[in-house]
Amino acid sequence: MSTVDYSVEPQVVEGKPTLASIDDAIANPIDAKPTKAWFIAISISGFMLLIGAASLAVTLIVGVGAWGVNQPVGWGFDIVNFVFWVGIGHAGTLISAILFLLRQKWRTGIARFAEAMTIFAVMCAGIFPLIHTGRPWLGGYLMPYPNQHGLWINFTSPLVWDVFAVSTYFAVSAIFWYVGLIPDFATLRDRTVSRIKKIVYSILSLGWRHSNRHWQHYEMAYLILAGFATPLVLSVHTIVSFDFAVSIIPGWHTTIFPPYFVAGAVFSGFAMVQNMLIGIRKIYNIEHIITIDHLEKMNKIMITTGMMVGYAYGMEFFIAWYSGNSAETFVFLNRALGPYAWAYWTMVVCNVVIPQLFWFRKIRRSIPAMFVIGVLVNVGMWFERFVIVVTSLSRDYLPSSWGSYVPSMYDIGILIGSFGLFFTLLLLFVKSMPVVSMSEVKGVIEGAQPSHGGSH
Amino acid sequence: MQNERLYSLSAIFRTPDEIAHAAEEAVNAGYTRFDIHSPYPIHGMPKAMGLKPSKLGYVTLVFGLSGAALALLFMWWVNVIEYPLVIGGKPLFQLPAFIPVTFEITVLMAAIFTVVGMLFVVFRFPNNSHPLHDTAYMKAVSADKYGLTIQTADPMFDDAAVREFFQRLGAAEIHAIEYNQTEFETRPEIFERRFILLLVLVALLVGPSTYIVLNHALYMPPFNWMMEQEKINPQMKSELFADGFGMRLPVEGTVARGRLPYPFKGQPELAAKFLINPIVPNESVLELGKKKYNTFCSPCHGNFGDADSRLRGQFPNPPTLHSDKIRGWSDGMMFHVITEGQNIMPSYAAQIKEDDRWAIVHYVRALQRALGAIAI
Repeated sequence: MSTVDYSVEPQVVEGKPTLASIDDAIANPIDAKPTKAWFIAISISGFMLLIGAASLAVTLIVGVGAWGVNQPVGWGFDIVNFVFWVGIGHAGTLISAILFLLRQKWRTGIARFAEAMTIFAVMCAGIFPLIHTGRPWLGGYLMPYPNQHGLWINFTSPLVWDVFAVSTYFAVSAIFWYVGLIPDFATLRDRTVSRIKKIVYSILSLGWRHSNRHWQHYEMAYLILAGFATPLVLSVHTIVSFDFAVSIIPGWHTTIFPPYFVAGAVFSGFAMVQNMLIGIRKIYNIEHIITIDHLEKMNKIMITTGMMVGYAYGMEFFIAWYSGNSAETFVFLNRALGPYAWAYWTMVVCNVVIPQLFWFRKIRRSIPAMFVIGVLVNVGMWFERFVIVVTSLSRDYLPSSWGSYVPSMYDIGILIGSFGLFFTLLLLFVKSMPVVSMSEVKGVIEGAQPSHGGSH
Repeated sequence: MQNERLYSLSAIFRTPDEIAHAAEEAVNAGYTRFDIHSPYPIHGMPKAMGLKPSKLGYVTLVFGLSGAALALLFMWWVNVIEYPLVIGGKPLFQLPAFIPVTFEITVLMAAIFTVVGMLFVVFRFPNNSHPLHDTAYMKAVSADKYGLTIQTADPMFDDAAVREFFQRLGAAEIHAIEYNQTEFETRPEIFERRFILLLVLVALLVGPSTYIVLNHALYMPPFNWMMEQEKINPQMKSELFADGFGMRLPVEGTVARGRLPYPFKGQPELAAKFLINPIVPNESVLELGKKKYNTFCSPCHGNFGDADSRLRGQFPNPPTLHSDKIRGWSDGMMFHVITEGQNIMPSYAAQIKEDDRWAIVHYVRALQRALGAIAI
């Protein structure tokens, strides 16, 4: 293996493409007719979505009794899936906001797609707490509004914080995403020859003129949004973890939960972005814009956050022993050795052991290897939430109230449906909007900025 | 064409270096109503164009802070004033527990108003009728070129001078951007009477049909499984029995517990003579008697049997229970009156169980003794 000089920042975009070629690479696939592969893909994802819709219909008609949840495990797949999907979304905001503030130029190629993924993942996540309430048509009660009952919500409840956190997160992510899309819509508007598309893009671009008097405010707004999205993304999974940590169930009532959850969320989100981008760059033929360097950097973030998660697993065991709390000690021994040990060890192997392969540069830069590891990371992260939710509830303080949890086919159907919704939305997105921010990528290619560094 | 007016002269440049230079030169030449167009923001351009730093941050600050203040104030009002809720014995105003929602509302308000303020107030978007739209110039700067536009509204604007200025800067192309005055003055087709009529028609169609679809065709009764159960409540009818009554009479020839037929029907003398109180009075019997008396007897007879009816004369008041006549009654006679009724008083056989009636008799005796002792 040749030595690599890491002191030199590699070019964000490979080669020296012209500005026009970037437009072509990104905008042409939107104008082209969908290929057969796309139709096959959307048929599969649509079918998965239908499975979910049917399972959801059964749930709405019969009630949550159709699921596997019962006393004492009242939180099952619904909460597991909710935490999983919210976590998936976190990578998008991390890439678009935190890496923007850290001036990581390599983010430009992947930010748009990651942001879209955030929005779709939060949509998937939003379904679960709503149906988890059992009567989703009464979901409006979650919001404080003057009502005929004279009731108000309890603002000190973590579940209410969750409502505010997730809906704010969705709203701000959507705004951030749309603001980023405006200049690209304007470019598409000026490219297209179709009358209908021109009308649609004109409306969406709001009449953007690429004016530098506007770019100045635009960049300021983008900076402000990034500045707000950064603490926001950290707050969302923190508050999700409060749903557990503020309760007194052994294995949940720990202060490590917020950072542990955020690290896990970024970990799984990056695995998902990496998996999706591997496909996108291949299909779109934009391997020079989303380069192997991008993927390698994402793999590095995965190994970092994976080790944070591993540290949290270890620290939970240490504190369980160090606290001398017998219920706590039991819960953790039960996780590793009890009836759900298979889930626990799946989680440890997928999240802690396998990502260690990314220490090897060859594996970090091998597409098949990183794809498989990314999939396994998401399997592991899903099981992490399963382990947290189910093992603690099934074995709490009183042995007389112990029970076990087995998901029903409707639980599994809704999980499949959430993946169906996610992939369907992504497929519609890649076919209708620019998957890479054209205006941002143009700004970072070689020779795009004045050579003397602006004004004197 | 008539009414075509010149909006601006616009020059296209090929490289970022040229446009950076052009911006500085435009400022130096004294132009004020000029703009630079580029497909992406160019570093250092605001400074080159002599623009002041964006003040958008103040919008964010104001709305973010008011979001925080409003959220805190609202939660204080809800959880302290309007709907006080003690949770875990903690104070009503729990600042730490209010932090998450305050933070989220701050972020939400700041983000929304920053973007709304920028797009709709600063930029005055949506604006798709700007003269620059749909020109070859806009298509070029939208893709890969850099443009300098000098408006005719600039006090220094002079057609020949601006063209000469562009050429000196090395412009690749020079476009004259024109706009149609009449197009600006004509009202949009959207306000035509026929279109408005169509809208009204659509509204008239959509409204009732939505109402019918949602409230009749797709109407689902609300879930009230707790209220409507598969059982027969009093007075309900039943398909199970031939006579359709849900409530059934006892099976013929049977007697329910505690419901033996009263043997002295219409025979108060016999009842007074032969009926003997089978219950020995003690504290619990008197308690029971008091409870039943207060429930069934006291509304008319008064709490102490003084005939001080709580019904405030809406019924004829019954005589006092402390008269010599009633003091002289045997327990059996009193039981008979409760069971059968007397004058306007109805029978209480259906409401009060036999043992309870005897307990009431004991209690009335206790009342008589208590009040009588005071009278003597």
